[in-house]
Formats: sequence, C-alpha cells, structure tokens
Amino acid sequence: MTKDRLIDIAAPIVVAILFLGGWEWIVRANAIPPYILPGPWLVAQTLWTDGPSLLQSLLVTLRTTIAALVAATGLGLALAIALAQSRLVERSFYPYLVVLQVTPIVSIAPLIIIWANDVFLSLLICAWIAAFFPVVANTTLGLNSTDPGLNDLFRLYRASRWQRLIHLRLPTALPYFMAGVRISGGLSLIGTVVAEFVAGSGGADSGLAFRILEAGYRLQIPRLFAALILLSLAGVAIHLVLGVISRRVLRGWHESELGAR
Amino acid sequence: MSLLQLQNFGKVYPNGTRALDAIDLAVQPGEFLSLVGPSGCGKSTLLRLISGLADPSAGRIDWPAGAPQASDIGFVFQDATLLPWASIADNVYLPLKLAGVARAPASARIEEALAMVGLAGLGHLLPREASGGMRMRVSIARALVTEPKLLLLDEPFAALDEITRFKLNDDLLRLWRERQLTVLFVTHSVFESAYLSSRIVVMAARPGRIAADLPIAFDGPRTPELRTSAEFAAVCRRVSGHLADGMAAS
Ligand SMILES: Nc1ncnc2c1ncn2[C@@H]1O[C@H](COP(=O)(O)OP(=O)(O)OP(=O)(O)O)[C@@H](O)[C@H]1O
Ligand SMILES: [Mg+2]
Repeated sequence: MTKDRLIDIAAPIVVAILFLGGWEWIVRANAIPPYILPGPWLVAQTLWTDGPSLLQSLLVTLRTTIAALVAATGLGLALAIALAQSRLVERSFYPYLVVLQVTPIVSIAPLIIIWANDVFLSLLICAWIAAFFPVVANTTLGLNSTDPGLNDLFRLYRASRWQRLIHLRLPTALPYFMAGVRISGGLSLIGTVVAEFVAGSGGADSGLAFRILEAGYRLQIPRLFAALILLSLAGVAIHLVLGVISRRVLRGWHESELGAR
Repeated sequence: MSLLQLQNFGKVYPNGTRALDAIDLAVQPGEFLSLVGPSGCGKSTLLRLISGLADPSAGRIDWPAGAPQASDIGFVFQDATLLPWASIADNVYLPLKLAGVARAPASARIEEALAMVGLAGLGHLLPREASGGMRMRVSIARALVTEPKLLLLDEPFAALDEITRFKLNDDLLRLWRERQLTVLFVTHSVFESAYLSSRIVVMAARPGRIAADLPIAFDGPRTPELRTSAEFAAVCRRVSGHLADGMAAS
C-alpha cells in the first residue's frame, strides 16, 4: 500500500474519530437529553438493538430503489435511442422530459399515489421519475457524440442506420450511459425515500422513510438516527456497487476509464 | 479507358468558399497519382467528392468501367480513425462486417491484410496499445481488406516521424505494385510525392484548381538510394517550381 493510499484511508477515519468524540463530549458536557440530540454511543447501541427491525424496512426501501433503478436504466436507454433517431423527435419530446425532471417529485407524488392505486407501484413510478433523466440525457449526448471521422468511415462503407447504431453510436455512448446510471443510483434512493415520506403508509411492508417519520412522532430520536445511518450506508453501498459495475463494463476498453485510473 | 473522369468539377461550400473550380481530370487505372498544393486548395475536398462522402456543386464524375461499389474504394484519413473499443483485428474487420460478411470466413482476409502491412499476429492489440505508425498501418489494412480498386489517402503520414514515414512509403509502393491499385495520394511534401508517384497533379488555391499535371518517371528503381540522386532532386525542383508558380498566381 502506497503512502498516498494510506492517507486516503487514514485521514477520513481521523476526522470521524474527532467528529464523533466532539459530538459525544458536547452531549455529555451539556447534559443534552436524548430526545433532542443523542450521543453517538447511544445511537450505536440503538443501531444494535433496533437494527433487525429497521433492516426489514431497509430491505423494503432497497427493493423499490433497485426496481426503480432498473426501470430508469432500461426505459432511459430505450428513450434515448428513440430520441436519437432524429433531431425532430428529440426536439419534439426532450422539453417534456425536462419538465418531468424539474418538477419536484414531492409535488406530483400525491397524484401518482392516487392514480396508481398500489403502494409499491406508486413508489416505483415516483422513484423512476426522479431517477431516469440522467440516463436519458447522458445516453442521448453519447449517441450524438460519435467521432466525425468514424461517421465518414461508416458512410463510406454505406452502413445502414441500424449498423451505425449498433456498431458506432451505442459503443460510443456506453461510458456516457454508465455515468448516467451512476447518478441515477443515488437519485433512485432519494426518489424512493421522498415517495415513502409522502405515501406515509404503515404496516409491516413500510420502508425506512416511514420508520424515520414514526420515530420522529414518538420522539425516539436515537432510533431516528439509527435509521438515518442505515439509509446513508445504503446510499454509499449503491454508489460503490455501481462504481464497480461501471469499471467492469468499461474495463480495458474505453478512454474515460483509463483517465480515471 | 480511364478509371474515373472529372468534368468541369466544382465544389462551393454553403458558406461561399469555392473549394474547387472547374476541375478536369482523368485518372488511369494503375496510376499512383499524388495531389500536392498549398493548404486550402481543395485536396481533401477532392478526395471526399470522389469517394462519395460529399456531393459536387458543379460538373460531374464519370466511372467509365461502372460506378464503384462500397468495397471498391478504400479511404485512409489523415488520422487513423479507429474504433477505440475494438481490437486491431476487429477494426480491420469493420468494412467486411458492414458488408454482411460473417467473422469466421473473414478471418483469413483480416490476417492477410494485417500481414500486408507488417502487423501479422498483432490483431489482438487495442488501438491505444499500438504506436502511431502501427495505427496508421491498421488504417491502411482496413482500407485494403475489401480489395478495393481505388485507394484514397489524405496526408496519411503527416503526423509520423521521418523514419516511420519512409518505411510506410516503401510499404505503400510495394502494395501498389502487388495489388495493381490505383492510388490517389494527398501530401504536402514534394519529396514524398516525387518518391511515390507515377504522376503528380499540382494544385493552386482560391479557387482550388489544377496548376500543373506532371508525369513522373525515373531511370532507376524506387529505393532509398533514389532519394539522394541528382535525378530525384531534379524532379523535386520541377514540382516545387510549379508549386511556387501556382501560389504566385493566386
Ligand atoms: N465543411 C466545410 N465548410 C466550409 N468550407 C470548407 C469545408 N471544408 C473545407 N472548406 C474550405 O474549402 C477549402 C478547401 O479545403 P480542403 O480541406 O479541401 O483543403 P486542403 O487542400 O485539403 O487543405 P490542407 O492541405 O490544409 O488539408 C478551404 O478554404 C476550406 O476552408
Ligand atoms: Mg486536407
């Protein structure tokens, strides 16, 4: 392990220790009650005791998140390919995708929940709306970023529209697409959590966002913190997994991944 | 019978630039024809029009022996223009793939094309693992893999060092002879054109036009020794003279 790499790992850990220690000290020194601000040690204990029940909810949230990400990836790719078929199509529909993207998901979630009439489906739709745009935008950009010299080459050999798509445009767009998927991963989780907040449904099948709301109502602030930590960890995990997948897909093959190394 | 014939051929770009004006040129089969001229005189434009990548705005092009198929023309661009994600062999395969040839029956032809440019057994490399000279060879192999009748090269060696360029010059001459190609070669270098060509067309700019049309012949064979001979120097001087006249006139 190089010295640089050691610092990469050690420095954030030092910051974490200082931060958590300071936090614990402030809570104890000022005798802050746990329902206002629990100390990190209490949060850790709660995470241990409440972990199993929270994990259940985390799985529910993750299930929606992953379904939304898959839908965002698949439908996003399909939409981008459709848009890239002609400038006219792109110019006709792209503005509406932007509208869908910039409309805050919180504001349309109630409508979707009424229309969809099914909790999972409505959450999925909300999270998808929050997450699909980066895939569409990035992939469309990638499909239109082919090298002019290669375009000439394909013209010279009289490639069909289909051949051009498969052998030139899609491979060119792959790194752009992967970058979009990585952004969408985070957005899927955010979209799912926001939709869960709005839906606010209880019961065994409820996600982590509902547990956070519930803990807030009951002033179980340590539990709220524990749920928050699980949520952040899930977000970090999604980010890391997508990073690994992206490197795998692009490995040894595209310049964008070479530059990153 | 000439391979192709340009009559009163012209190109005006939408912004009003007269890139080519009233070009009359007949290219004979088996010729090695170099186009030399100052920057902006329309050399690249002429190759693009002949290849069908762009349409003329005036005049016509005739192919007395029949209009060319996609596989009849090979084009080597100024930079290698390879698919960065595909191996060298797959890059050479591309024209065949686009013509609907399956990989298995194509592989012998790919190997043969790679061997012709001295890259036998290196097909598994990715373009970025190859040197600039190797990439240019790949580009030539790709242009040759369809066994074209006409090979168009647009300043293919401009970015290479002199030793590599001399080597590729000799390779190109050998391929021209072996394959009985017709070659249209664009270069800025009078020496390169003199060494390679059986005919040199000197162009002048604004508007792009033909200033001189010179058949080239040497008594000796085209070997590295030729580059330093008096005979070679005389030809270069003659071409340079026409080049200077063309530039003075415009
Ligand atoms: N796509 C284009 N649109 C407008 N003008 C163009 C275009 N391509 C070339 N031209 C103009 O046409 C003229 C001829 O260009 P061309 O590229 O054929 O010259 P060239 O002889 O190949 O020059 P060089 O030796 O620098 O490559 C130039 O004046 C150039 O500015
Ligand atoms: Mg040029």
